[in-house]
Amino acid sequence: MANTADSSQQIAHSAPVTGPVLGNDGRPLKASLAKSLRRQKLRALGLIAPLLIFVLLTFIAPIADMLFRSVENNIVGDVLPRTVVALKDWDATTGELPDNATFKAMALDLKEAVEDKSHTRLGSRLNYEQSGISSLFRQTGRKVKRLDVEETTDFVAAFEKMNKKWVDVENWQTIKAFSGRFTDGYFLAAADLTKGPEGVERVPENQQIYYTLLLRTLKMSMIITISCILLGYPIAFLLATLPLRTSNLLLILVLLPFWTSLLVRTSAWKVLLQQQGVINDTLVWLGVVADNARLELINNQTGTIIAMTHILLPFMILPLFSVMKTIPPSYVRAAKSLGANDWTAFWRVYFPQSVPGIGAGSILCFILSIGYYITPEIVGGTKGVFISNRIAYHISSSLNWGLAAALGTLLLVVVLGLYWLYDKFVGIDNVKLG
Amino acid sequence: MKMKSIILSTAAGVVAASAAGAKDMTIVSWGGAYSASQDAAYHQPYMKANSDVNIINDESSAEAVAKLRAMAEAGNTTWDVVDVVASDAIRLCDEGLAMEIDADTMLADAPDGTKASEDFGDLLVSECFIPQIVYSTTFAYRTDVDAWGGKEPNNICDVFDLEAFPGKRSLEKRPINNMEWALLCDGVDKADVYDVLGTEEGQQQALNKLDSIKSEVIWWSAGADTPQLLADGEVVMGSTYNGRLFSLIVEQEQPVKMMWDAQVFDLDGWIIPANLSDERKEAALDYIMFATDTQRLADQAKYISYGPARASSAPLVGKHEALGIDMAPHMPTDPENAKNTFLYNYEFWADYRDDIDAKFQAWLAQ
Repeated sequence: MANTADSSQQIAHSAPVTGPVLGNDGRPLKASLAKSLRRQKLRALGLIAPLLIFVLLTFIAPIADMLFRSVENNIVGDVLPRTVVALKDWDATTGELPDNATFKAMALDLKEAVEDKSHTRLGSRLNYEQSGISSLFRQTGRKVKRLDVEETTDFVAAFEKMNKKWVDVENWQTIKAFSGRFTDGYFLAAADLTKGPEGVERVPENQQIYYTLLLRTLKMSMIITISCILLGYPIAFLLATLPLRTSNLLLILVLLPFWTSLLVRTSAWKVLLQQQGVINDTLVWLGVVADNARLELINNQTGTIIAMTHILLPFMILPLFSVMKTIPPSYVRAAKSLGANDWTAFWRVYFPQSVPGIGAGSILCFILSIGYYITPEIVGGTKGVFISNRIAYHISSSLNWGLAAALGTLLLVVVLGLYWLYDKFVGIDNVKLG
Repeated sequence: MKMKSIILSTAAGVVAASAAGAKDMTIVSWGGAYSASQDAAYHQPYMKANSDVNIINDESSAEAVAKLRAMAEAGNTTWDVVDVVASDAIRLCDEGLAMEIDADTMLADAPDGTKASEDFGDLLVSECFIPQIVYSTTFAYRTDVDAWGGKEPNNICDVFDLEAFPGKRSLEKRPINNMEWALLCDGVDKADVYDVLGTEEGQQQALNKLDSIKSEVIWWSAGADTPQLLADGEVVMGSTYNGRLFSLIVEQEQPVKMMWDAQVFDLDGWIIPANLSDERKEAALDYIMFATDTQRLADQAKYISYGPARASSAPLVGKHEALGIDMAPHMPTDPENAKNTFLYNYEFWADYRDDIDAKFQAWLAQ
């Protein structure tokens, strides 16, 4: 590098002014500079390649795969290939049943599906869209084995005999509506919407949940972040100004919760906060509250806010501390010597310099709390749970991974949107970790 | 020279370990007292009889369905036998994640020669499910509540009676069971409960009834919550699995009593994951044949108060292994306790679970 730069300088001086500047190998200087820069970039890429490949394979690819499930809907076309083709010409809006040929296609498809039991899997997929389809497919699967496709002529009657739900147009409408390779059904569900006969509509009010949860998650994450700032700032200030020996000891106290299991910390809050718990007992003993009017500090939003503020506090204190460490104390002294009182010196001189730390801590706390679910699940009751609790429910309990993926994608988009807003108003350059 | 021998012995050790590993069997269950009872009644005797088998306990039953699906998608199922509740077994069967079981050829006959399918009877609720125990979700209450003036709740509807029985109650954070109890106490006949619950109005009716006690309910999601809440005095009554209440009342001697009224029977049992290699499948089936025979199921009841799923096991249920008390009166199936019972409707909940759950959660969030 140094060599190239030297020789190029030399040549630049001696070369004729017309035509491209040539290097001493006779090639244009610009090209050889670009070449050496490219080589440098490749080497840098080569150095980070192991990490890059690792992150791609273990992080980006699985997330992309999971998110893709929010639109993927191959199962209907795979299990019922003939039926899907036959249903193409059927007009779902007339309210009439599909023709006999479609029922026959369904019979042939189901007979094949029963072999590898994919009909029940399809049933549970479609049951997300309409209750009752799961048992319809399970029961029909048992009976369709005995159906003789060669002999039967009236398939509509044969299906009605197997289960009278087959002559219910609604079921066929659902199958047709979700017969494509891709679906927007999960995203609609994640936004409290549904596909009705007349297009997209809101689900009935008594089933709307995700909008409420998303709003609550954002609101409570904001409250938790703000309480972290309020509690963390004085501590970080203390840590940054105390002599090293004392501040190191205090820093260990801040870090101590990090080394304790999350579940243990959360359960400890349960013991403290419950109505027959330590805090309430003490308050009753002191006579601050009456025995029959104990405070409700847990199984509600208060519980979630208290426990999560405690758990996320180190993520606020550490960036704040490392930023405050770099603020020279002489600035405040200078301000004071120029006549500022304590508050003015702090507010006009010290505080503005610590803002990048607040920014970094806030982003950490906010983004971490948006994705939390263990702590809200344990101390949040019903009003203090987050949208992640629903995602966890759909992943591990209802097995509706498509909906979980859609909710996860929405959450990701919302967080990226907030990040963009943050960058626009605060500026991401103003964030410092130290 | 020394280096070489170290390498050799290490290599030999690895070979030996992988040879022994061929007989490892991973059995997944719920952990805690329940896994301990299975270990004592099934695993230890089985390993004694088959010295080449090494059983590894995994306590992941709570997330078994999701994990089995993930394993199947990755093409690497590491579990051999999995303990799940019946509704999960139905779902796993529907998803093609559990192997179908032919009860008469794959399970042991009763000692008197009764075929397994007859011995288990109605409890074989899915083609993939091998029932193990009958448990119930039921209520218990504290016996030292002053505000009740000496009365004790003995009817399921007392749970919904805040005037006679004030205080917090704990209910499970899901619609199943709660919706049924609400309808029962809102004048719906026991036989009609699921017909009513299948309609929009019926679901709303149940939620309205639950609404009347909503302010006094603490919602639980882990089976250990209610016993803890009862012991702490946080709630005056609450629902949970009867085995948990047994250990609270009998083993920990807390001032708590069982209510039993309108207890909801449910089943827990084994499934074998689909797509195991032939060798592992055979080993799993051999274990299942042993662990679900009449004597073994009766043995488990020595350690925990859940009723054995075989009719032929019931007469063999004896005394508690450590406390020496008779277990029969603590079984949910005991005639004295089972005067008024309710059977969980699997088919109904497989169909309506998502729909009603969405409504229930929306109602909770209000």
